[in-house]
Order: sequence, then C-alpha cells, then structure tokens
Amino acid sequence: MSKTGLIDTPFKPVEKNVVEEYKTLLEDALGFKRAVDEEGRVVDEELLPKVSEGEIVEIYTYMVRARVIDSWLLKLQRMGKVALHAPNKGQEAVAVGAAKPLRRDDWVFPSYRELGAYLVRGMSEEEILDRALANADDPLKGSDFAIFGNRKYNLVPAPVPVGNQIPISVGAAYAMKYLGRDTVTLTFFGDGATSRGDFHAGLNFAGVFKVPAVLVIQNNQWAISVPRARQTAAPSLAVKGLAYGVPGVRIDGNDVMVVYKIVSDAAEKARRGGGPTLIEAVTYRLGPHTTADDPSRYRTSEEERIMERYEPLRRMRKFMESMGILTEKEALSIEEEWNSKVEEIVRKVLAKPPLPENVFFQNVYGEKPWFIQEEERDLEETLKTMEELGLSYKE
Amino acid sequence: MNMVQALNTALREEMRRDKSVVVLGEDVGRRGGVFLVTEGLIDEFGEERVIDTPLTEMGIVAFAIGMAMYGLRPVAEIQFIDFIYEAFDQIVNNAAWYRFRSGGMYNVPLVIRGPCCGGIRGGMHHSQSNEPYFIHTPGLYVVMPSTPYDAKGLLKSSIRSDDAVIFLEPKSIYRTIREEVPDNDYTIPLGQARLVQEGSDVTLVTWGAMVHLAKEAAELLREKRGWSIEIIDLRTLQPWDKDMVVKSLEKTGRLVIVHEARKILGPGAEIAAYISENYIDLLRGPVKRVASYDTPYPLAHEKLYLPNLAKIYRAVTEVMQW
Repeated sequence: MSKTGLIDTPFKPVEKNVVEEYKTLLEDALGFKRAVDEEGRVVDEELLPKVSEGEIVEIYTYMVRARVIDSWLLKLQRMGKVALHAPNKGQEAVAVGAAKPLRRDDWVFPSYRELGAYLVRGMSEEEILDRALANADDPLKGSDFAIFGNRKYNLVPAPVPVGNQIPISVGAAYAMKYLGRDTVTLTFFGDGATSRGDFHAGLNFAGVFKVPAVLVIQNNQWAISVPRARQTAAPSLAVKGLAYGVPGVRIDGNDVMVVYKIVSDAAEKARRGGGPTLIEAVTYRLGPHTTADDPSRYRTSEEERIMERYEPLRRMRKFMESMGILTEKEALSIEEEWNSKVEEIVRKVLAKPPLPENVFFQNVYGEKPWFIQEEERDLEETLKTMEELGLSYKE
Repeated sequence: MNMVQALNTALREEMRRDKSVVVLGEDVGRRGGVFLVTEGLIDEFGEERVIDTPLTEMGIVAFAIGMAMYGLRPVAEIQFIDFIYEAFDQIVNNAAWYRFRSGGMYNVPLVIRGPCCGGIRGGMHHSQSNEPYFIHTPGLYVVMPSTPYDAKGLLKSSIRSDDAVIFLEPKSIYRTIREEVPDNDYTIPLGQARLVQEGSDVTLVTWGAMVHLAKEAAELLREKRGWSIEIIDLRTLQPWDKDMVVKSLEKTGRLVIVHEARKILGPGAEIAAYISENYIDLLRGPVKRVASYDTPYPLAHEKLYLPNLAKIYRAVTEVMQW
C-alpha cells in the first residue's frame, strides 16, 4: 500500500466482483428506461416517481410554460427583437423533469436549451424576456445572447461554446463536498458536447473525486447537422460514464416521469456521498438548432413528423387523462391560459428602455483599472463626436 | 460574387487541383457549414474529403495536424473563431512549432479557417477578434481578407503554404460586399498588403471589415475637413507588410491604425511600436490606434464598442492637429 493509498495492485486482472458489478452497470447504460410510453400508458410502475396529482399538474404546467415562452421567443426573433433563439420544442421533459426534484440550494448548470429548467428554478417569463431582449432589466446586462441564468436561483449562465461548463460544475460539486454541504450540481449538455475534451476531463474528475454531481446529456440526436452516430461509435452515450467510473443510465427523455425519478434518485445518492451519475436522456429536437439553422439541409420532414408522435406534452396529456388527473381539454386550456398571460408580459417587456451606453465597462473587473476608466471617458467623447457629426449608433 | 462564394470557389478549385486538399469541421458536409462556405463540396468530393467531424475543435485541429504531417493539405473549419480556444494547445504547441521542434524535418501545411469578428449582434461568443493570440505565436501565418477577390486569392495561397495559416473571415462582410471575381486560378501572396486608396495627409492602416469603415471615414474627413487619407489593407497580419506602411509614411508622416481586436496588445500595438522604434523620424505626430475597448465583446451596444466613424474621426483629427 502506498502512502496515499491510491496505488492499484499491479500485474493482475480486475477483480471478479468488479467485473460483475460492471455487467449490471452496463445494462443501465445500454438499456432504455421509461415509466410512461408515447401513448401515455404506464409501462413500469417502479419507475414512476412518488409525486402527488397536484405535482403532476405542476410539472405539466412547467412544460407548457416552457413551450409557450419558446414559441414567443421564436416569434420575437422573427420580428427582429431577439438576436437569436435556440428552440426548445420537444425537449421540455428533460429540462423540467431533471430540474424539478432538486432543492433550492442545489446548483444548476444549464445549457442554452433548458427553458423548462430556468422556469422551475424560479426565473419568470418576464425575466427570460428581459434577458432575451437585453433590455435595461436584463440580469446579465447584455453580455451575450441565448444564455440565461441568475445567481438568485443558483442557476449558472451557460456558455455558448458547448459543454465547457461540465468540468466547472464538477469543481463546484467538489466544493460542496469539501465544505460538508449536502447539495448537488445538475448539469445539462447536448450529445455533441460529449465529444469535447471538457466532457472527458469533467467525467474523469467527477469519478476520481466522487463528487455530488448529476450530469444530464440532452441527447436530441443532432449537433446542428451532425447526427449522434457521427459523435460516437459507442452504442450509447451513457456508457461513456463507465470508463470514468461514473455510473451511466440511459432513459427516455421525453417521459418526464422517468426523468424525474432517475434524476431524483441520482441526486439523493449524490447527497449521501454516493458520487456522480451520468444520465443520457434520449429526446428529439423538433425544431432547428437555432433560428439561424435550416434543418431541411440535413434531415427529412418525414423524420420530424414521425418524431412528433413522441413529443413529451402530448404524452403527458394522455398519461394524465388515463390516470384521471386532468382531461385532455383541461390540459390544453392551461396552454391557452399561459399564452395570454405571456402575451401581456411581452407587451410590457417590449416597452422597457435599453441598457445604459456604458454598461459594458461594468463587471469586467471588481474594481475598474485605469485603462477601463480611460476607455469609459473615451466613450463619452465618442458620443459627443457622434452628436456633432449627426451620427447614431442605434439600429 | 460575395466573400462566401469566393471562399467556396477557392476551396473547390484547390480540391480539384490537388487531391491532398481535404476539408473538415463541424457541419461542413450536408449543412455546407453554418455560413455555407463549404456548400456543395460534399456532393462533388464525397465524405472522405469533406469530413463532418465530431464536435470538438481540439479534435479537429489535432486530427488535421496529423493529416498535414503525413502529406495532406487539410483545411479545418472552426465554426466560429470564438470556439478555437479548445484547440489552442494544439495550434500553439504543435501546428506552429513542429517545424522548429523537429529541426525542420516535419512541417504542418494546415489552414485553420473560420468566421471572426463582430458587427452582427452575435454576442460575446460569436464576435471575437482573437487574431492577437495567433500573431503572438511564431510559426503561424495570420490572414484576414476584406474583399471577395482577396478572399479567393489569399485562401489559395494559404492552402498552398507549407506552414500553418490562421485564416480569419470577417463574417459581417461575408455577404454585404460583392465584386467581380475572376474564374481563373490566381493567388495573392501572403505578406503583401493592398493600397486601398491614395492620400497625402494620414496613413490609415487596417484590415478585414474595418477597411470598409475606413473608406467611409476617409470620405467623411475629406468632406468635413478636406483631409486626404491613404488607406492600406494589410491582408496578412503576420508577417505584415511593413514596406508598404513605411513607404506611405514617407509621404504622409501620420499613422492611424484601425482594428476590431481590442487595443491592449492588439496588432496596432505592434505596428505602432515597430514604427516608433525604427522610423520615428518619419512621424509628424503620435501613432493613434482605434480599436475595440478592453472589455469582453458585449451584445449590448456593440456599435459603441467596436471602432466606428466617430472614433476614427477623432483619432485622425488629433493626429492632424498635433
């Protein structure tokens, strides 16, 4: 035994019990767990989370709200009010189902396609719109587009270079463990991100340091135009966790019930010191990658039409009806209700003023160094010159 | 023809001319690249030469370095140049330095190209002008065209270069500038600037999208002040064409450098320092730099953040009134 206790016993195969354990882990990582099928029928009672009927309606409502705000962001982008939007349609179950079982003091590291998770964490439609429009109330102060977050909700703004938040979230999870807290991190990223170095470093650290992290792959089948089969030759993405000593579970990401159940179990295990879990939520991006993308270049509309059958809201309505929780009509009326609520919010938000002109000199450093102060004065002079010359910087 | 079409033509012609030229990157195949620079290449050259890769800039660049060392001429697309940092280790420590490290036995004839710079409301992760990082690295050529004609000629030279080239395409002028681009095979040598317009009062050195802003500014200064501005488009940022700049300064004695990269250690700092070190006697006033502010690229108010007409107007006025 070495002083650190970390050295392996060399020159012999891995022990038999570890091999046996990995056989079980492989089944989870290569399988496909679902509680409710695409027709809303319960297919595995054990995978239904223990939630009340009221909570089921609440979960559904979050999914509806995500769908509604998503379509508004799309509309506002088409109107030229929002710079760019990454549509969420079809992926609401992963976002809501994974964020819902978390505690307020847990940290969430989303990607840019988790409107449902932002709402669950406490962001309102108004705040999402302020952010998307980068107006005077934008909590991120016009720093970037298509990213959302707010420290108030322990929701860390996503990076645009995909997946580079993965090892960061693992570091945050280590800090939680180090400080003796029983909180966890929940990190979302796409199938494409699993090809990046950041993913491998993140998973490796998560496994080695056994951190309280839940890592959720939103496998929506497409990294812009590149299909999952071009990301990896492995039979599943969840199986990648095993190479790092991180259990992987492959689940139906359009079944919000199973997402809730598996994330909830993984988070509780992590809280108890059981270490990280990698969850591959199999879903489908029904829309384009972003409003700047044209999926007809790389996939057929036939494929999209087929995948509509699996979309999560429809499934949830059928499930709730069969359980006698809500009729389909009642469920649909929730959508109407939120549509008109959000329409009102949109009107309010569009009337808000822009950010101040010198906003980008804030938050570069904690205290402004001399060169930032100089450049801020330069901006004032430039604005005066613009006025003298009759020039405008506005669109 | 616009710049996207010119770049597409250059790639197509080079791939037809030389079987060792391959294109790789994220979405370069069926999608044709997010800006359509590689559109249609997969139909003509197939999946083995137009390679849709897994999503990893580090993987793309390293894979391409290996190809290049073995004799291919890969052209690697970075979807947005802002995403290149994952590949930084490979670019600096390998692509740029294999020749030196191997005593000249290996070289890396690789082009890394991608859309750069701002002006399209792209936010901080779709707008960066990060050429200073590459200019600072010995062993790399750094190129940035400002017109479709130059884009075609410079990309061809870059592909034929036996060293690694960082080829930066200002996306704000991808489609806004159109001009005649000849069908024939022509190249523009790396390291050679272009005299955009002659003038006698101030030399304005610039490149990329700023060339077009500089032209507007020169017109404004002529109208309002009657000053005559000479504009030089560097085209290649490393090595930059010092001869053309010096020749111009012999005439004007005044230098203003305009670039989208931030001011601190931006290319303007190097040009200004080089001129002050070696040609101070030519100068009739301080060298001025018009650059972006030293903050991250902001989504809000990018027109105030980037060089603009008023900033150039002020800088030229200050130099003229020195």
